[in-house]
Amino acid sequence: MTTISSAGGGQMDGIGLDVDGLSVDVHTPQGTARAVDGVSFRAFRGQTLALLGESGCGKSMTAHAIAGLLEPTAEVVAGTVHLNGADLLSLSRKKRRKLAGPMLSIVFQDALTALNPVYKVGTQLAEPFRIHQGLSAKEAKEKAIELMAHVGIPEPASRIDFYPHQFSGGMRQRLLIAMAVALSPKVLIADEPTTALDVTVQAQILALLAKLREEHEMAVILITHDLAVVAEQADRVAVMYAGRVVEEGPVEEVFEHPRHPYTQGLLAAVPVNAERGADLSSIPGAPPDLFSIPSGCAYQARCPLVQDICRAQRPRLEALSEGRAAACHFAQEAQDA
Amino acid sequence: MLTFLRQRVLSSAVPLVVVVLGVFLMARLTGNPASLYLPENATQQMRDEFSRAHGFDKPLLAQMVDYFSGVIRLDFGQSLRTGESASTMALRAYPATLQLATVTMVLAVLLAIVIGSWAALNPNGVADRVSSFMSMTAASVPDFWLAIVGIWIFALTLGMLPTSGVDAGALSWVLPILTLLIRPLGVLTQVVRGAMISALSAPYVKLARSKGADEYRVISRHALRNASPPALTVAGDLAVGLVNGAVVVETIFGWPGIGKLMIDSILERDFAVLQAAVLLTAVTIFALNILIDIGYALLDARVRRKVTA
Repeated sequence: MTTISSAGGGQMDGIGLDVDGLSVDVHTPQGTARAVDGVSFRAFRGQTLALLGESGCGKSMTAHAIAGLLEPTAEVVAGTVHLNGADLLSLSRKKRRKLAGPMLSIVFQDALTALNPVYKVGTQLAEPFRIHQGLSAKEAKEKAIELMAHVGIPEPASRIDFYPHQFSGGMRQRLLIAMAVALSPKVLIADEPTTALDVTVQAQILALLAKLREEHEMAVILITHDLAVVAEQADRVAVMYAGRVVEEGPVEEVFEHPRHPYTQGLLAAVPVNAERGADLSSIPGAPPDLFSIPSGCAYQARCPLVQDICRAQRPRLEALSEGRAAACHFAQEAQDA
Repeated sequence: MLTFLRQRVLSSAVPLVVVVLGVFLMARLTGNPASLYLPENATQQMRDEFSRAHGFDKPLLAQMVDYFSGVIRLDFGQSLRTGESASTMALRAYPATLQLATVTMVLAVLLAIVIGSWAALNPNGVADRVSSFMSMTAASVPDFWLAIVGIWIFALTLGMLPTSGVDAGALSWVLPILTLLIRPLGVLTQVVRGAMISALSAPYVKLARSKGADEYRVISRHALRNASPPALTVAGDLAVGLVNGAVVVETIFGWPGIGKLMIDSILERDFAVLQAAVLLTAVTIFALNILIDIGYALLDARVRRKVTA
């Protein structure tokens, strides 16, 4: 982690968000688990960074820790998150609230449960303006109508008085996105924004996100388990496994020349690369239980390249070349595998 | 909305008739009023005359027809005791019960929202423990016992409050309200707590936080509004219970409400007054249920759609 993030300030050109050594513990009746373990990455303005991984790998937990929305049972135990020169994690709650919306915002996965069912969408869309800009109800409503039009919701002036259940899934996701970009934040976290949608609607939503990213020069952090979405939307990708980033780099390079066996396994499992009639490739086994992550590499039990050193020593995320890093003892060998 | 109201009123009519019928029959199980109103040594002739004068000599079915035809004309008969119109007596006693129930319910709802929300924000904290203790107490202590102990401590021992009646102004209200309050408050606090815990962990609360909403806004606007429908249902049930439970508390505290009127009418075999009082109570309860449904529709647009459809 030390190799890819040295500057702490996020003042460097183009850096929207600089996450360094972020660790999150989850306290449960069964004990404490390290759900996010020393995660570091940078998101650049005007670009999309994909956080890729399967469920339970800690990608959503990372997003919620950055946004300050962890459940009371989860706790940030280490790391810094620099945005615009300030470490979010060391700010007071009040100061952090001031940034929530104008600097950093988040789009949730399931728009139906994320929108408040008992309020008109107009009221909810107006909320960022009411909270941060102190606009009157009438002014905020005007802004909300503009916002709805901007994210492609037809007839915004009449539909502003509708309730969330009166919209389709795609439209609800547009509403969430509208709320998130209302105050042109510098960083936008999209937490599986299209998982609950049809493929056609999915494409529209992703296109909308890309358009808004350009307009607002936002650094977008796209959390997903969908390799196709990453390939189409992201500039850079950080692959997560068992709470850690195991590989990072520009999407084309990582997808064409994956250097971590886990990334290789994921890519090999995409049916596009398989021949008709042949068995589909899959990664054997399951991710480790977070309560009993083995010492050494977390991927050791599933890895085709496993050696003694993998069981003894946990590989660090090391730079391989400019902008690329992988956490594998055999990252060089893996290239040729 | 009007269709909805009409439908609800119509569907309330049948149970209402059943209630009136039930009371009509059960009241007559208490015995012949003649043996209560006439001296012990009254002759059979006197008894027969009394019965004839009040129509008790007719067959039950005929009495029933008389009664219902009166009810349709809003004539509920006369009191045996005072000769006054039964409906006048019931309506005169009604406000006292309504006031007591309203004040109690408003207090219960307000306190439950505060204590329940506080408990939900700090599970296992002080408020949570206090509210659990209160609810357990409320569930296990009968109100008549509470009333008697209250009178013993505050009226007899400490002499701070009157034992009964309404002559001491605001002080007269304290014990009846406290007695009536404890159960609804205990139950409602737990409901608010549970509903708030689930509302506070809902994604829409996270969304509100992600927009920079402060705790006050998150709780009062986003969580509480969503936690209200279950609380409203239970509050409605409890309000019904208050109107019913008025019988016990009003009797103990000599509160001149409809509950006391009912008990007195039963003891005096004053059938017409009893029937009028029960009918009025039943109508109140049905009206309350309709109000709850309207309240639902106001709180949640998803319900409104079903109501207006």
